[in-house]
Amino acid sequence: MDMLQTNVQTEITTAAQADIAVSVSNVSKNYGDVEALRDLSLEFPRGQLTSLLGPSGCGKTTLLKIIAGLLDPTSGDVLVDGKAVTGPGPDRAFVFQDFALLPWASVMRNVAFGLELRGVAKSEREAIAEKYIANVGLSGFEKSYPHELSGGMRQRVGLARALSVDADVLLMDEPFSAVDEQTRRKFQEDLLSLVANENKTFIFVTHSIEEAVYVSDQIAILLPRPSRVSDIIRPTGLREKDMLTIRRDPEYLDIVDEIWASLRSYVE
Amino acid sequence: MLNRSLLLKFLSAFIVFGAWEIAGHIPVSYAFPTFIESMKALAEMTFDGRLYAAYVETLKPLAIGIAISAVVGITVGLWTGLNNWFDWLFSPIFIVMQAAPLAALIPLLVMVYGIGLTSKVFVVCIMAMPVIVLNTAGAVRNTPSSLIEMGKSFQASRLEVVTKIIIPAASPVIFSGLRLGISAGFIGAILSELKITPTGVGDIITFSRSIADYASMYAAIFSIIVLAVLFLNLLEKIENYLFEGNVRGYASD
Ligand SMILES: Nc1ncnc2c1ncn2[C@@H]1O[C@H](COP(=O)(O)OP(=O)(O)OP(=O)(O)O)[C@@H](O)[C@H]1O
Ligand SMILES: [Mg+2]
Repeated sequence: MDMLQTNVQTEITTAAQADIAVSVSNVSKNYGDVEALRDLSLEFPRGQLTSLLGPSGCGKTTLLKIIAGLLDPTSGDVLVDGKAVTGPGPDRAFVFQDFALLPWASVMRNVAFGLELRGVAKSEREAIAEKYIANVGLSGFEKSYPHELSGGMRQRVGLARALSVDADVLLMDEPFSAVDEQTRRKFQEDLLSLVANENKTFIFVTHSIEEAVYVSDQIAILLPRPSRVSDIIRPTGLREKDMLTIRRDPEYLDIVDEIWASLRSYVE
Repeated sequence: MLNRSLLLKFLSAFIVFGAWEIAGHIPVSYAFPTFIESMKALAEMTFDGRLYAAYVETLKPLAIGIAISAVVGITVGLWTGLNNWFDWLFSPIFIVMQAAPLAALIPLLVMVYGIGLTSKVFVVCIMAMPVIVLNTAGAVRNTPSSLIEMGKSFQASRLEVVTKIIIPAASPVIFSGLRLGISAGFIGAILSELKITPTGVGDIITFSRSIADYASMYAAIFSIIVLAVLFLNLLEKIENYLFEGNVRGYASD
């Protein structure tokens, strides 16, 4: 069992090295006197979900926005598909913690908004949006406005908007933190199928250890400011298992414990 | 739902007009006509064409002033909200304008621009513009930063961020500034007719008072209030039509 697992792990590691979608090297970020990130390096394998896990204020959002091109790093480089990031690009799409929906626009217009900004013609973008609205289970709500939806439904709109531009990399900043526990579990399951079915690279920010272990191929543990990667954990064995029984799996519980053990000394 | 709110509106109108009628009968003051007398005077003025002629005069500075205030006010407001340098340059002017005692400025305006239309348009603008500019600028600055980041992350140009995100997001507050500005503009228009030269509705008010025809005086005041309310309702309809989801979107979040 152990042997097998190590084998799988090495295999994936070599494959990952060959195919890195996003690579962050020696990135530092200062906000005035506040040093948010210091000399942080991390690689994100293509087609996998990498979680950024760490206590509040350790710079997870900052790192995600730097990858998105929304913030400039003070020093260091971000490469997406080997090309240096200089700003937002069509290869990346962002899912926001607070959904960032336009309150004056219908679900349809919100989902199609990314395409609208990219100059796709109206009929075409609505056809694409229609498909993703159905994918996230919101058929029939096309004409509704965000204030008529529950928190979970709003985040589905945010997700559909990010999916509809068909970017290779999905950047998700605590997307499930504003929804209730049941919806959150459903979202986590949906996310697992999404990672399995779409050939996209997911970068997922969370501060929940359980959530990170449940959904990730790779977990990068960030330590408090100035933040750097303290550890990378690959719960590889879990990905082959049935998503309904993962939470009872001894390996799952071990990894959760291990992460907590390494983080607890940093939480006062 | 709609019927109920309509019913409530009628009810409140009925109470107000009823109280007016009773107050006129007591009488509260010698110079206070009853509601029915005032409405009779209003009908009379409407049919003999006096009211129409008066409004042609009054609406000129009002319409020009409000149009200028809305266009210039929103444009300047957008600039000051979007650009710190403009903010530094313009905001103090409008804050001073808003605080200035208008009655004291009127003689100055008359001295510079005479007693014609220009001065009256100025009075309307001084009343209406500051609140439009300041509301617009404030609303632009308060656009949720995550909406702007969302636009940028999907590669919106600066122009698209302004037209597709900032302006619609600011629109409820811009419209409330417009409503306040237009109400103030109505006050300005009447004030200018009372203080500069008596023309239009201001003339009816001044003249009827001088001959103690108080019913006509109140009829004229009543008509201008009705006009202002109708205009503000129209503006609300336009806003609802343009930004449907906004209407309740912000209230519930
Ligand atoms: N615009 C800013 N100006 C100054 N300091 C900032 C700014 N944005 C973030 N910071 C600081 O940088 C640090 C990292 O912030 P960041 O938002 O990236 O943390 P986070 O890991 O996403 O936290 P959370 O889990 O609470 O979302 C924080 O200590 C914060 O105070
Ligand atoms: Mg954050």
